[in-house]
Amino acid sequence: MTLDVSPVSPVIRSVSPVLADPVPPRRTRSAAAPDADRSPRAQRARALLRRPGFVLALVFVVLVVVAALAPSLFTTYDPYATAPVARLTPPGAAHWFGTDELGRDLYTRVVFGSTLTISAALGAITIALVAGLSLGVVSGYFGGWLDAVLMRVVDVSLAIPGLLMALAVVTALGFGTLPVAVAVGVGIVPGFARTTRAEVLRVKTLPYIEAARASGATRSRILLRHVLPNAWGPVAVLAVLDFGVAILSVAALSFLGFGAAPPAAEWGTLIARGRDYLVTAPWVSLLPGLFVGLVVISLNHVARTLEEVR
Amino acid sequence: MLRYVLGRIAQALLVLWAAYTVTFVVLYLLPSDPVALMLSANNVQLDSLTPDQIAAARARFGLDQPVHLQYLHLLLRALHGDLGTSLTAHIPVTQLLASRLPPTLLLSSVAVVLALVGGVALAFLAAYVQWRPAKLLLTRLPSLGVSLPTFWVGLLLIQVFAFTLHWVPATGNLGWRSIVLPAVTMAIPTSASLAQVLTRSLRDTLDEPYVTTARAKGLSRFQVQLRHASRNAALPVLTILGLLVGATVTGAITVETVFSRIGVGRLAAESVLAQDVPVVQGIVVVAALAFVLVNLVVDLLYPLIDPRVVHAPKVVRP
Amino acid sequence: MSASGQPGRPSQQPVVEVRDLHVGYRRHRMLRPAVRGVDLRIEPGETVAVVGGSGSGKTTMAQAVLGLLPPTGVVTSGQVIIEGDDVTHARDRVLRRIRGSVVGLVPQDPTVGLNPTQRIGAQVAEAVRHRGVPERSVSAEVVEALSDAGLPDAAVRARQYPHELSGGLRQRVLIAIALAGHPRLIIADEPTSALDVTVQRRILDHLEGLVAERGIALLMITHDLGVAADRADRVVVLDEGRVVETGPSRQVLQHPSAPETRRLIDDAPSLTAPGPGDAGRDDGDQAPPLLRVEGISKSFALPRLTGGARSVRAVDGVSLVARRGQTLALVGESGSGKTTTLRVALGLEAPDAGRVVFDGEELTGRSWGALRSLRSRFQLVQQNPFSALDPRYTVAQCVTEPLVALRLANRAGRRTRAAELLEQVGLPASYLGRYPAELSGGQRQRIAIARALAAHPDLVFLDEPVSALDVSVQAQILRLLGELQANLGLTYLLVSHDLAVVAQLAHHIAVLKDGAVVEQGPAAQVLHAPREAYTRELLDAVPGRSHAATARDTVTAPQSVISP
Repeated sequence: MTLDVSPVSPVIRSVSPVLADPVPPRRTRSAAAPDADRSPRAQRARALLRRPGFVLALVFVVLVVVAALAPSLFTTYDPYATAPVARLTPPGAAHWFGTDELGRDLYTRVVFGSTLTISAALGAITIALVAGLSLGVVSGYFGGWLDAVLMRVVDVSLAIPGLLMALAVVTALGFGTLPVAVAVGVGIVPGFARTTRAEVLRVKTLPYIEAARASGATRSRILLRHVLPNAWGPVAVLAVLDFGVAILSVAALSFLGFGAAPPAAEWGTLIARGRDYLVTAPWVSLLPGLFVGLVVISLNHVARTLEEVR
Repeated sequence: MLRYVLGRIAQALLVLWAAYTVTFVVLYLLPSDPVALMLSANNVQLDSLTPDQIAAARARFGLDQPVHLQYLHLLLRALHGDLGTSLTAHIPVTQLLASRLPPTLLLSSVAVVLALVGGVALAFLAAYVQWRPAKLLLTRLPSLGVSLPTFWVGLLLIQVFAFTLHWVPATGNLGWRSIVLPAVTMAIPTSASLAQVLTRSLRDTLDEPYVTTARAKGLSRFQVQLRHASRNAALPVLTILGLLVGATVTGAITVETVFSRIGVGRLAAESVLAQDVPVVQGIVVVAALAFVLVNLVVDLLYPLIDPRVVHAPKVVRP
Repeated sequence: MSASGQPGRPSQQPVVEVRDLHVGYRRHRMLRPAVRGVDLRIEPGETVAVVGGSGSGKTTMAQAVLGLLPPTGVVTSGQVIIEGDDVTHARDRVLRRIRGSVVGLVPQDPTVGLNPTQRIGAQVAEAVRHRGVPERSVSAEVVEALSDAGLPDAAVRARQYPHELSGGLRQRVLIAIALAGHPRLIIADEPTSALDVTVQRRILDHLEGLVAERGIALLMITHDLGVAADRADRVVVLDEGRVVETGPSRQVLQHPSAPETRRLIDDAPSLTAPGPGDAGRDDGDQAPPLLRVEGISKSFALPRLTGGARSVRAVDGVSLVARRGQTLALVGESGSGKTTTLRVALGLEAPDAGRVVFDGEELTGRSWGALRSLRSRFQLVQQNPFSALDPRYTVAQCVTEPLVALRLANRAGRRTRAAELLEQVGLPASYLGRYPAELSGGQRQRIAIARALAAHPDLVFLDEPVSALDVSVQAQILRLLGELQANLGLTYLLVSHDLAVVAQLAHHIAVLKDGAVVEQGPAAQVLHAPREAYTRELLDAVPGRSHAATARDTVTAPQSVISP
């Protein structure tokens, strides 16, 4: 009996709204003229590097990650040093982002805040990757009742909106960077599992898989040597996209007050603190927020370019 | 057809039950000490109590029973409409939710309508316009909408439209003018998501051979896009409608906080801060209910739009 | 001077005239030419076939006539004149008046040519309304158009959706839509590719009848010379965007002057090409059997439909024998069960009943692991070379995969074997380091064949090995397969829907219909003296057969090929 038992909808299986950004039609490569000694990977890397937008976005993201790992490389100020004299100064030469209500250099606080936010987002993505990939691969490759059960569980997780699930987890585990990371990670797992499963299913039915079976390959060999290498493409793109989503979610949670306690400088907390001074000193909230937006835009651009150039 | 409907309803109930169970697992099994958690909601520290008092507290919260009995007890009460009592406000959760739900529903409805109108218009234009620069801009625009943090956008809008231009009030719950900014803030990411999915779907549909057949009949591009492409392109949008509603609900949490509005979203934020477990559980369950209902409606509407769904046989290999 | 759409208006001018047309595709600021100076005239009521391989520009030319070039296509010079009006760079509004009412289109693939979410009647009605018919007469005209196109129960069918109709019926709906506008010319784009041969024949006959009766000109775009030979008054041969030859169809095809035309004719597999069965090696019954399929049955479960069948019997009691060194061909249309039989014989599917015996050893009922030792002795070549090779594997890795999977050779051994294999399939050793994406369809199929040979098999299963390839390439691959069989003593189990392909390789043929063997026997007998009516029907439906017979008998009197 082949009843479609998704509680969500018949067609939602392969629709990932996160990957829905429209991609220009793929350029069909003329296969008649053989290219001398150029692996698809090398060609792809070359095509990527030829796009200035992609390179710019990638460099920016890398810089931010480096800043998260070694913040003192990017600033000489102390994020915790208060200077009431200089409170709420507008952005200028001495203070690129201006100062906050306690006179602390805002740019420095943003740089140091990246450590907390980025590490939380990375933690979330790691959880999502590990759990989501395993679920998706097992579900897609082995199929049968295992697939049905696992996908049921995933569908249920989709029924609870990500942020709400994160709220529940934070209630249970308490506040701080680590609970936030776990909470956000758990919220991202279903999308990952779904996409991985869809890709595995797509590759599984391709003729070369059957050819491998006819050639005598064992199931595990097919999984490791054929299915996974060909299926991980869209999953990798989703991982980059979801890294951006994770950053936004972590920022939202810390904005609401569930992140690390002050004087820690998580991005969301910075924006929340600046709220009280919105009328007189809008830069305290708006500039950190703009920075967050730029990071996520760059990540989205990187992901979209990766998907286009395939 | 009847089988399909009954099947979908049964699945909806199943998902609802499962969502409740997951919430229970997270809130009651995840914490290292549920008693401490619940006591702290009342600002009582665990160490300040004697063992007897702790035991009494446990009994009062129903935490002295084995886990599965706790679960069944709570589930049965929930089925009767009793979602427990708020630990901070000391009133039934259902009552609390009932008072906060209408403003959120109003805000969400306005936001969803704005998102639909905006997203659809944007996608339609992006697909119809032929001039490359405009097309590129319209296609790239939505990615901006999903990348910017919602709460920041809200603050930005307040700064510009309330504090600088004085067109609308910054916060508050009174009058339609106070709904404008919050609704727009909530609508932006949703309409961007919608535009992305619909633009891609329209582009794929317009590449389909039956569009060529239609144009060969002598129909104009506009007629083809409207009559042939739209219906088929709308299908993927319909499937993510549930997710969009869910996104709108979570948007309410940050938006109501930023704009200081009364509603379930802000209640959720406050309850988490206060670690008020029953309220959090209640809100999550209600949100799941909303999601399940929307998806049920979508599932029931689907065969009306795509006749292949109920009738189409799966691939049969000759 | 606009087209009035009145049928039967006497007209001395050609319906369509194309003068020195040049069309190119814009890509990265470069212009890639697709049509280079094509001249074409279509007089009222005549049937013209434009023939050429893929990339010859025939589809582009048709799109240019309709004004439906893709956004990247541009007419760089030349003219398209429709009923005396130059419409080369006309605005869409002008072209819209012409589309449907002067020039109609019957698109290629009936499975995707109709809007799946709109009822059939509504889609035909659009074409009717475009003609200007008043609303109250529309539904009557729709039903009339559908039944004229040969759709039974037209009124009922009009309320149905496309997926509820078979491929042949959908094609008829597309014809009805094209005719509903009462056009002066119909462009039929590859009208024979997506359907079964017998269905194709019936539909084309019907279409021919309709256009003859109404005086409509017909422009057929096709790669299939057989179709052109059977049904066109005139043939225009395109190659790389240029007209290489044109003239009355019989003259062009029997006495071609251009080398490209000759190549197309030579490459089209014809039933009179000598097959192994003809070549006198008549120990057909003496060769020992290698593979025996005995009484195989297989059913597939259908998903729950309201009041539909529970399961479909794909294969019903099929018994076959493949003999050493010879080719057993399974022929049939879609739904005949030939592919399922192959999959059961290969071990990819387990039969519900019956057994498969390979060289004395029973295969059925044994687990995959148990069969592993035997697996090196039979291998598979699949239909679609574009998806039969893992895109991440180099050519060398592709061809040596069986050796790795079955642990038959070490690294050094694999390297030598890889070079050997490429030589056997006629590819240079320099290809070893390339990736499938860099190769053409024919080259990839050679790689797939090399892979099948890697483990020194006795038997090779060939599942539609050339149907996804260009006609010229098909011939090369078939020749290669024939040589390999002779040199290596291979046994083939060949599955194909194309009798002309089968004729080149088969020693024995089994004809399948609806899961059962209708006729089987030596190739010569089945092809030239079939016993069963269905076999005869299949043979008659092969386009070009009458032409081949004509060429053979060198009859010069005109032959009518339109069967009532």
